[in-house]
Amino acid sequence: MSGHRPLGMAASRIRREEKWLLAALERTGHPVVRIDTRASAMPGRDFPGPEAVVLNREIGSVGACYLAWSLEAAGVTVVNDAAATEVCADKWRTALALRSAGVPVPRTVLAPNVDAARAAIEEFGLPVVVKPARGSWGRRVAYLTDRHAAEAVLDHCAALPAPQARVLCVQEPIDKPGRDIRVFVIGGRAVGAMYRRSAGWRTNVSLGAQVSPCPLDEDLAKLAVRAAEATGAQIAGVDLIEGAAGERYVLEVNARAEFAGLTGACGLDVAGLIAEYLKARAAA
Amino acid sequence: MAKSCPECSSPVPVADSVLVSEIVECPDCNCELEVVARDPLMLAVAPEPEEDWGE
Repeated sequence: MSGHRPLGMAASRIRREEKWLLAALERTGHPVVRIDTRASAMPGRDFPGPEAVVLNREIGSVGACYLAWSLEAAGVTVVNDAAATEVCADKWRTALALRSAGVPVPRTVLAPNVDAARAAIEEFGLPVVVKPARGSWGRRVAYLTDRHAAEAVLDHCAALPAPQARVLCVQEPIDKPGRDIRVFVIGGRAVGAMYRRSAGWRTNVSLGAQVSPCPLDEDLAKLAVRAAEATGAQIAGVDLIEGAAGERYVLEVNARAEFAGLTGACGLDVAGLIAEYLKARAAA
Repeated sequence: MAKSCPECSSPVPVADSVLVSEIVECPDCNCELEVVARDPLMLAVAPEPEEDWGE
């Protein structure tokens, strides 16, 4: 339809969510642009003009950050924006942003190297959680209950070649009830929530956690929205855990949140809601 | 559309609406495959997840 700003999606890997998103974007009636983030250097031949609004669904966090900056430099509106994408890609930067906004987070310190991590573990005591500052899908997240396991994990980290891989967050574990909560936030509004339950300690859907609807009470919605706003993310999957007394903590804010689980658990058309948000951004 | 799985040679049914870069799964060996071309249809074993992949 003439006069409508193009809506775009950038992705190198088209899974269920990306296919649903493209279909939802097509249904808005706006021209739709697809950017294949592997196809060329940036700015690329398939970069849209500055009138476009582009959803960044690049699966690699390094590529996603570079893409967001490159699109913004070309004058394109990208969601989530480059600054938010960078913050959400890093658990420590996220923790700092959340703390700064008064959002409750578990006690966490950053260990820039393995020796610092060892000292932090000594200070926190056991059990303790150790995770890479940059990582997703539960990779290399360890719940450590004894010194031998802690030393083995730290030895492994010390042997990793990339300096970034040796930067660790050391965190106080929360005695959670075998589940965590994912709230999906779009444009400052919490649109749905699900529980993720697992027999193990990690509750990532990618690791086989089972999902079920979670009541989205006002306090939960407000907390998730505050967390997303603290990082600058307009579209976010906010992960929370509950303590023994029912208090809630935010663990992380995901800027390229997967939502097949939420769509299935709650019957929520998340792709449609995201498309409508981009349409509204294009109209603004 | 159908194409042989590059891993096990079983036929992989693919919807006409399939997109380039879309991930499909072989129904026989469950290998993740990527659509690398549509006309003609070409499938390749999908890249292994990188260290920085995720949400």
